[in-house]
Amino acid sequence: MSIDRRKFLKIAGLSGIGLGLSAADSLVKGKAHASEESSLPESGVRLALVIDIGKIRTDEDYKRITDACHSIHNVPSIPNTKHEVKWIWTDNYEHTFPDQTNEFIPHEMKEKRFLLLCNHCAKPPCVRVCPTKATFKRPDGIVAQDPHRCIGCRFCMAACPYGSRSFNWVDPRKYLDMNKTNPDYPTRTMGVVEKCTLCVERLARGLEPACVEVSNGAIVFGNLADPGSNVRKILSTHYTIIRKPAVGTQPSVFYVIGGGENAG
Amino acid sequence: MYNGSKIILGLIIFLAIATFPFYSNFGKSAVMPSPSTDTPVINQLAKKECVMSAEYMKKEHMKVLDQWRDEVVREGKRDVITVGGRVFEKSLQNGCMQCHSNKSKFCDECHSYAGVKPYCWDCHFFREGGQR
Ligand code: SF4
Ligand code: SF4
Ligand code: SF4
Repeated sequence: MSIDRRKFLKIAGLSGIGLGLSAADSLVKGKAHASEESSLPESGVRLALVIDIGKIRTDEDYKRITDACHSIHNVPSIPNTKHEVKWIWTDNYEHTFPDQTNEFIPHEMKEKRFLLLCNHCAKPPCVRVCPTKATFKRPDGIVAQDPHRCIGCRFCMAACPYGSRSFNWVDPRKYLDMNKTNPDYPTRTMGVVEKCTLCVERLARGLEPACVEVSNGAIVFGNLADPGSNVRKILSTHYTIIRKPAVGTQPSVFYVIGGGENAG
Repeated sequence: MYNGSKIILGLIIFLAIATFPFYSNFGKSAVMPSPSTDTPVINQLAKKECVMSAEYMKKEHMKVLDQWRDEVVREGKRDVITVGGRVFEKSLQNGCMQCHSNKSKFCDECHSYAGVKPYCWDCHFFREGGQR
């Protein structure tokens, strides 16, 4: 990278005067109160995941879930972390929920690892900034990406507050055993961005997302817009949190936070 | 004539560069391609039928693929195509290549003759010789 984050922010800051004005403008007009509007779409479908973190315990549990996704989608394992490609991965509590500033949380929380993936946000900034519409939102709420149209500008990576996207700096096939790849699914190519697709190709065949399937009930998939759905049932009976609520993207991935019968 | 020799030298260099595509191909790929439909799956068919006529597919297969791509990826229209009782997925990897399991003979031969390198194969792949 020839331009570091600080320099970028400086430039962005200078050119952001105009942006600031228009943001203030929409505040006055009351448009920015997004969180008070209903996030449920007219289509009547908003697909979502609920992850019960108490039910994912061992390293094998995590590995089974992330491997299921990465193996069927031919996601390469690139050792250089600067080049790595990930659709679903883990991180610690502070990185996952930086808004939860309480330092006196239970010890297990601090120790715990959390499963992270694209949140299929109801208000996805990645969609807004994509100049080619390669990233788009489907009527069912899935934030999909069409690699055919991706020009690799990485605007979406800058816009996503969750680091959910990976750029292919190198040819991913160099890090895949092409004899063991899933022949039903393509690879990606250098210069293209990728992320979790909520398994659109599996949903089309009436299957659940792969990570859900192998999670032994720890991840539940369903329609948030349907009050009778399994995801809504869990959300109405358990305490759940979303990642970075302050940024207003309205994630569709919810975390059931510990305690009682959930941890069991 | 000023700088005559330089001009002539320049002209020679220009001609050499401008005609490079022609003589660099000279004597190569002169054989007309003959894509083959001799694959186990196709040989078993009572009637050899593709999703469109062979004539159409020869000229327009790229348009068909382009249309499928938009329907599947962008519009979520993953309904299958049935021809003569056989079901096709709208997919290069999971549709076309199920019958045309001879990529080097069926696809590559024409593509290299025509000097085109479809970037489809940068992502979509095919295991030559019995893929599954
Ligand atoms: S998590 Fe990031 S990539 Fe996924 S929809 Fe939200 S903003 Fe876009
Ligand atoms: S990198 Fe691709 S998907 Fe991301 S904003 Fe640019 S064109 Fe869109
Ligand atoms: S929903 Fe599918 S694509 Fe997304 S992380 Fe789970 S397995 Fe991977």
